[in-house]
Amino acid sequence: MTLTVTDLSITRGGVPVLEGLDFELEPGKALILRGPNGIGKTTLLRTLAGLQPPLAGTIAGAEDTVAYAGHSDGLKPTLSVVENLRFWASVFGARDIQAALDAYGLNDLAERHAGNLSAGQKRRLGLSRLLVTGRPIWMLDEPTVSLDRNAVAMFADAVRRHLGQGGSALIATHIDLGLDGEVLDVGPYKAKPQPIDDFDGGFL
Amino acid sequence: MIALLKRDLTLAFRAGGGFGLGLAFFLIVTVLVPFSVGPQSSLLSTIAPGGLWLGALLACLLSLDRLLALDWEDGSLDLLATAPLPLESVVTIKALAHWITTGLPLVLAAPVLGVLLNLPVPGFFWLVVSLAIGTPALSVLGTFGAALTVGLKRGGLLLSLLVLPLYVPTLIFGAEVARRGATGMETATPLLMLAGITAATIALLPFASAAVLRVNLR
Repeated sequence: MTLTVTDLSITRGGVPVLEGLDFELEPGKALILRGPNGIGKTTLLRTLAGLQPPLAGTIAGAEDTVAYAGHSDGLKPTLSVVENLRFWASVFGARDIQAALDAYGLNDLAERHAGNLSAGQKRRLGLSRLLVTGRPIWMLDEPTVSLDRNAVAMFADAVRRHLGQGGSALIATHIDLGLDGEVLDVGPYKAKPQPIDDFDGGFL
Repeated sequence: MIALLKRDLTLAFRAGGGFGLGLAFFLIVTVLVPFSVGPQSSLLSTIAPGGLWLGALLACLLSLDRLLALDWEDGSLDLLATAPLPLESVVTIKALAHWITTGLPLVLAAPVLGVLLNLPVPGFFWLVVSLAIGTPALSVLGTFGAALTVGLKRGGLLLSLLVLPLYVPTLIFGAEVARRGATGMETATPLLMLAGITAATIALLPFASAAVLRVNLR
């Protein structure tokens, strides 16, 4: 499934942040999203995941194919690791969670409540959810936050395996994951000069 | 969908899930009523149907602010919105889980608390029937309010202000069924109105809730 984005403009809080964005994400490819803070990387990922409508432009191929992982992991602290993962697996119609547990080394933590996990362990559990969605396109927003070097390697392996199976990934990150993906560098939105507002003058 | 219902019920029954909170509140309000109006049993039995209905309604309101806010805070609402479940069914399941953990215990506890307020004997049956038919509407309306205020800081108070006026028709007809039942009058008309309100809210409001939730998730 190829994701095609044409002439996309997006807004955050009513302010346009990115405009005229064109790119294509083919199966087996990863695209690394870079850009300064506040440029709209998260907004772009949320728009592509269907959580908010674009201001202009078209997104093709994102219908029911996108698995989104944002800043928060969507974990319930009073459920165990397995219960959390099994819930998301059944929402997405998958049965097997063992592969996801293996991929992120969560077997030893399986019966632990998610509320008792460390930040990095929570993140690993959040990322393992992507494996049970069965969706081909991953939208990852800063996936390596609070992961140690070992866990980053697990994550990079999981992404590589996903790409090998014909999936694709759009990853907003600032660290080098060792993936041979293209880099989509989003530049600052060039604000048009504001028209001079002669509101007061109209009354005089 | 069943997985979501199971998860919500498990969360409610686990520590800190808030199960029994509404029930305890209902119990306390009902116990307080005789203290405030005095011990005349004839007066108590006059206000018993209305008092019990009001208590049940406020108990339903108590747990509404957690209904969607918790899922919003930990990000699961975003993930559910991108999952293959339609948002309409998500809010319906949420309302159903709220009813099972809040409304249903109230229905079952109402006859016991009716004794405390000296509810006339014929009124017990109609109290339970009216609560069983009316409380689903309270949960569905509450889910709509929760969807409207999700993501707002201190949204709980605003939620009560928004939802209480919407509860008025259910309260009027629900309490009327219980009151008429207690005095041995015909209950068919208010009962049909109550059932109609519940049916209409269950049929229509999930669409409205899902629509406002989509806007609030942006």
